Amino acid sequence: MNPHAYAFVLQLGEAVLAVALAPLLVGWVAQCRAWLQSRSAPPLLQPYRTLRKLFRKDAALATHASPLFRGAPYVVFGTMTLSAAIIPSVTVDLPLAQVADAIALVGLFATARVFIALAAMDIGTPFGTLGARREMMIGFLAEPALLMVLFNAFLLFGSTALPTVVEGTLRAEGFALHPSLAFAGVAFVMVLLAENARIPIDNPATHLELTMIHEAMLLEYSARHLALMEWASWLKLFNYICIGFTLFAPWGIALHGAEPAPLLLALLALVAKLACAGAVLAVIETVSAKLRLFRAPEFLSAAFLLAVLGLLVHLLLGT
Amino acid sequence: MSALPFATQLLHVLAAGLLLLSFAMLTQRRTRRLVVLLAWQGAVLTASTLLIAATAHLPHLYWSAALTLTVKVGLLPWLLLRLVRRLGVERDSEPLVNVPTLMLVGLALVIFAFGLAQPISALATTVTRQTLGIALAVILLAFLMLIARRTAVTQVIGFLALENGLFFAATSTTYGMPMVIELGIALDVLVGVFVFGIFFFQIREQFDSLDLQHLEALKED
Repeated sequence: MNPHAYAFVLQLGEAVLAVALAPLLVGWVAQCRAWLQSRSAPPLLQPYRTLRKLFRKDAALATHASPLFRGAPYVVFGTMTLSAAIIPSVTVDLPLAQVADAIALVGLFATARVFIALAAMDIGTPFGTLGARREMMIGFLAEPALLMVLFNAFLLFGSTALPTVVEGTLRAEGFALHPSLAFAGVAFVMVLLAENARIPIDNPATHLELTMIHEAMLLEYSARHLALMEWASWLKLFNYICIGFTLFAPWGIALHGAEPAPLLLALLALVAKLACAGAVLAVIETVSAKLRLFRAPEFLSAAFLLAVLGLLVHLLLGT
Repeated sequence: MSALPFATQLLHVLAAGLLLLSFAMLTQRRTRRLVVLLAWQGAVLTASTLLIAATAHLPHLYWSAALTLTVKVGLLPWLLLRLVRRLGVERDSEPLVNVPTLMLVGLALVIFAFGLAQPISALATTVTRQTLGIALAVILLAFLMLIARRTAVTQVIGFLALENGLFFAATSTTYGMPMVIELGIALDVLVGVFVFGIFFFQIREQFDSLDLQHLEALKED
């Protein structure tokens, strides 16, 4: 096959894989949480059923809804799919992964956030505005922390491209402990929880008006729009976990996309790692209580602090 | 990509853990958890001392590690937990400065300490010279904790964290102090905590609270 066509197929395959696996990951997390909290677990494939149900329904739109409101789900879903294509979760040998670096990725996430917030304010209901404001507050605190986490890895490997980071870790000679990456890892988990509306910051399973952030923004959506928004938020969680893998646990990612055997191995490794990450996420969500909204800045400034400490420790110790 | 021996790398990780624990103590609101964090700091200190003893072949450091383990991981946290329970000060009052600001000030202190330690560690010859910056940072963070907290119990915990930082600085720059001095310090700290414990009850009897701000008003009556 033509190498360009092959690269294209590989790239497309990875994006489709992410889109297909994201609901499964969310279903797995929900199942683990239910087990840990000794409730009877929902079926693993429940998110797919929810999507099918929503896609079948007729969309109801508010009379004041502008085109922005209708268009936002497609934009958000599109940016999340594009980010999934950029992140080297199965192989580093991707055309898009070489083109866009991790800072562009953070920009893509910001685009999606702006569109969700604008769409939430579009209808003019108080809940949407409330959710949008809270989301922007969390976002402006989480973004610098995320960038600092990424800089930790970039400083180690001298590049802002995720494939280089993966290759640097996989090709490293001997065993090297990096205290700075340990700091960055903790900070990354905190940012992940905050950005994906998980428990210390937001409870994904509640519609309690005083506490919700993400759900408040989606209240006006129905049917296919809601399905796309939900799918995009699951994809965001998937993307974040995959960024975590590329930075901290890149084992198994194929360095060359040409042969099928390493690709298959990488796929298996990815599924295994996702299962572990989902279980860990469920444990974190079970053992921690939701923070008051006013404590969220504290939580995220702690994440920022940890990431900066990682940078400083790297500069001091030189490892 | 790094040519450092594994023991040094492990030591760096432990030093980083010590710094992390210092920040955790700085931001922790509950007294009981603060004591647990102090015990963890002692445990990390023990591990790093053992590691230095093993890599530098210094038998006296094993004794020092054993002393750290018994006093800082076992005895002192036990005493403090008992005190906390008997005084009923589970929940500390808010720090004088809000926590995000405290963290930023702490970050500035860490940068200051790292900058200060750079020329000193360039002169040192021990395997642990690079961790001096972290030891200094731990000391300064403990000072910050002493300044930012109000109640007597947390101030004592801050004082013990300060001692931990000094101990780490000593082991990382000069492979520890002579045994006599170390024994003396351990005894001093132990007696200090006993005396503080008696003081706590006196302060509470006098003011019905452990808030040290009441001590400032002594002259007026």
